[in-house]
Amino acid sequence: MYQSFSSDVLVVGAGLAGERAAVSAAQAGQNVIILSLIPPRRSHSSAAQGGMQASLGNSAMGKGDSPDVHMYDTVKGSDWGCEQDVARMFVNTAPIAVREMSAWGVPWSRVRNEKRMYEGTEIVEDPEKVGLITARNFGGTAKWRTCYTSDGAGHTLLYAMDSVVIKLGITVHDRMEAIELIHDGTRCYGVVARSLRDGSIYVYTAKTTVIATGGFGRLYAASTNAVINDGAGIAMAFNSGVVPLGNMEAIQFHPTGMVPSWILITEGARGEGGHLLDKDGYRFMPDYEPKYMELASRDVVSRRIMQHIRAGHGVDSPYGPHVWLDIRHLGEHRINTYLREISTIARTFAGIDPVKEPIPVRPTQHYTMGGIRTNKDGKVYGLDNLFALGEAACWDLHGFNRLGGNSLAETVVAGRIVGEKIAEFTKHATLEVNSALIEEHVRNVEGRIDQIRSRGKNGENWVEIRKEMQMTLELNVGIFRTAEHLQEAVDKLGNLYERSLNVGLMGDGGQGADPELVNALRLPGMVRMAITIAKGALERKESRGSHFREDYPQRDDQNWLKRTLAYWPEGAKEPDLKYEPVTITEIPPGDRGYGESNVKK
Amino acid sequence: MSPRQLTFHIFRYDPDRPEVKPHTQTFKIEEEMGMTLFVALNKIRDEIDPTLKFDFVCRASICGSCGMLINGKASLACKTLTKTLPSDITLFPLPAFKLLGDLSVDTGTWFRDMSMRTESWIHTDVEFDETAQEEKMDDDLALEIYEAERCIECGCCVGVCVTANIRQNFIGATGINRVSRFMLDPRDKRDEQEYFEVVGNDDGIFGCVGLMACEDTCPVGVPLRGQLAYVRRKMTVAGWHRK
Repeated sequence: MYQSFSSDVLVVGAGLAGERAAVSAAQAGQNVIILSLIPPRRSHSSAAQGGMQASLGNSAMGKGDSPDVHMYDTVKGSDWGCEQDVARMFVNTAPIAVREMSAWGVPWSRVRNEKRMYEGTEIVEDPEKVGLITARNFGGTAKWRTCYTSDGAGHTLLYAMDSVVIKLGITVHDRMEAIELIHDGTRCYGVVARSLRDGSIYVYTAKTTVIATGGFGRLYAASTNAVINDGAGIAMAFNSGVVPLGNMEAIQFHPTGMVPSWILITEGARGEGGHLLDKDGYRFMPDYEPKYMELASRDVVSRRIMQHIRAGHGVDSPYGPHVWLDIRHLGEHRINTYLREISTIARTFAGIDPVKEPIPVRPTQHYTMGGIRTNKDGKVYGLDNLFALGEAACWDLHGFNRLGGNSLAETVVAGRIVGEKIAEFTKHATLEVNSALIEEHVRNVEGRIDQIRSRGKNGENWVEIRKEMQMTLELNVGIFRTAEHLQEAVDKLGNLYERSLNVGLMGDGGQGADPELVNALRLPGMVRMAITIAKGALERKESRGSHFREDYPQRDDQNWLKRTLAYWPEGAKEPDLKYEPVTITEIPPGDRGYGESNVKK
Repeated sequence: MSPRQLTFHIFRYDPDRPEVKPHTQTFKIEEEMGMTLFVALNKIRDEIDPTLKFDFVCRASICGSCGMLINGKASLACKTLTKTLPSDITLFPLPAFKLLGDLSVDTGTWFRDMSMRTESWIHTDVEFDETAQEEKMDDDLALEIYEAERCIECGCCVGVCVTANIRQNFIGATGINRVSRFMLDPRDKRDEQEYFEVVGNDDGIFGCVGLMACEDTCPVGVPLRGQLAYVRRKMTVAGWHRK
């Protein structure tokens, strides 16, 4: 027994990317249903703090900025791993997207008519620009380009976006988890879903299905991510056996996760002028990165911090060594106005007032550049009538390292670009779905649930397996990688995968909305993704962006200027890895100007 | 010093199993350094009772998922450190919202309904022009709008509000704050009479009896007292102007 719904467009995921795409389809007069694990405004988009990049060039320090400069920064940041045709569309559209969000209500911080000291230099704004959307400094950018609302940029963007979703009357089914794609190996027809309110099964069919379920940071033990970011939506596509995931080994570690809750402290803190200090209170980044210092790209700053800690300069703590993020010199007003959210977080969770004390930080898993591989229109490889966007997708704007401020930007920019493609595609699409196909997928899902229930306490414990998986990635597939550790991870995860297929329930039988069943059901898909990360990293015998191999410390364009495509054929025990070339349209591979200058000649 | 033993008394009820009456269940765990209720509740679920229902998303006091009554006071569980509490900790779901099970309540449906009824979006006839520069705004005004926009829809102010607990359609301090956010915003073209239609009634500002539990409760410090006063003043004036 199940309830069913049909629509022109079905969007799985109600963060910024999914909602923006839904808005495009609804504006085109299409009937849209959005599914979400949680109420839309609780999506992880809301946790983005620092801002989004768009080359408006309104602030004095952004003067002369342009999409071309943004393009160069993005490609360089990606260590030439991104799709340059995608990056070009993105940088050209970002200024429009930021203004559209302004029209929809985001109270962007504005250029102020006052002088300001920054790192010993006086900044004087252009009086003509006062009142226009301002920008702050972020890592790896030649200009100040990151537009912000204090340090609650994601929150204000998501609230404005959701206000448009509500205004347009778009249907949202929250507490609804998509479990399996309805497909026949060539085309997607929708999803089988399960209500997190009462455990009942739902069928959603649509002309076009869209996955925008965010990233998978929670596969790691320490992540800045929300607890829902376990990649379940990506796993759903992967489980089809025909959809490849791109560059799963490209994992971003943010330099400043707060010890020990691993809650993010925005890059905006360094953008505003914050420094990194070691156990002696010494500012060490200028020694490693004389030009960009604390504001080199995230992969580089994270490695430099760990390098400095390895050299014995970390601050000891019960949670391992860390460094300090010091923003005291910015002054109380600036901190409490433009960094107020992270200041509150530091006070609440670490008992530290950043006006008076430095914040303990360590590089922490933060973002996943990889995901469901799509073409530049957002159309998913391997299945027709299926699109993906946002962090769930590998579009691929970020290559091997995403710049800070480019993910929030991606959600609304890809939302616009891919959203229009979805609306256009759907206009010409039809929906004829064989009821036997639906029944088959419903039976699959019910079968998986029944098996878990029937194993009960005789099955494997999902808590143990999940913890071991998270620790395996944390310890073996982190910032510094070697063949030995990666092989160990692949082996361990392979074993965990076998066990995950026999997962049971420790509680009272998984009735209704039992949270244990929800987690047990997700587990095998999560372990599959974890193996794919480790295996992709083991095979990639070079260092590029966030993927740093100590045994292959150089970037190797001759052999590895290509993207990993991982498939999980039905019944397989590990992924099948293939590769495709990276699209280079404008900027040939070169030196990044920061980092280890490690290009193999 | 040996760690404290914490004793949790947690409300349990599954609306799908009405035969099991609402009750509190006791769990004992050892306190850890820096422990929050997010950590504690997950420990209880992972190690003692995997069926316990509660909601967390960001665990960083940003998303507003985890409002509950903590020793009788409404707050976010994620930001509550156990060291600030006695060793006996009682957890109840937020009142005024539909109970989904144990500590989980349906704030999402409530807030979407409130947003629809207050028409919480920018009302304008201006078409977005892709080629045009954005409208200018003073940064101090942007900060003022952000002050109201900071509400994370956790529902704590609703749970503690006397009016909201007896009047199902009362929009609460969160709803009134939301209206003030749009009143402040020059991009929204509604006039005072249009706002009066939305909020000038007993489900809106005139339903507030001024007990100010909301102001005492808001876990992110939205200045609700000032926002309530602002909207009441605007709507009182709008009332005078009515024909």
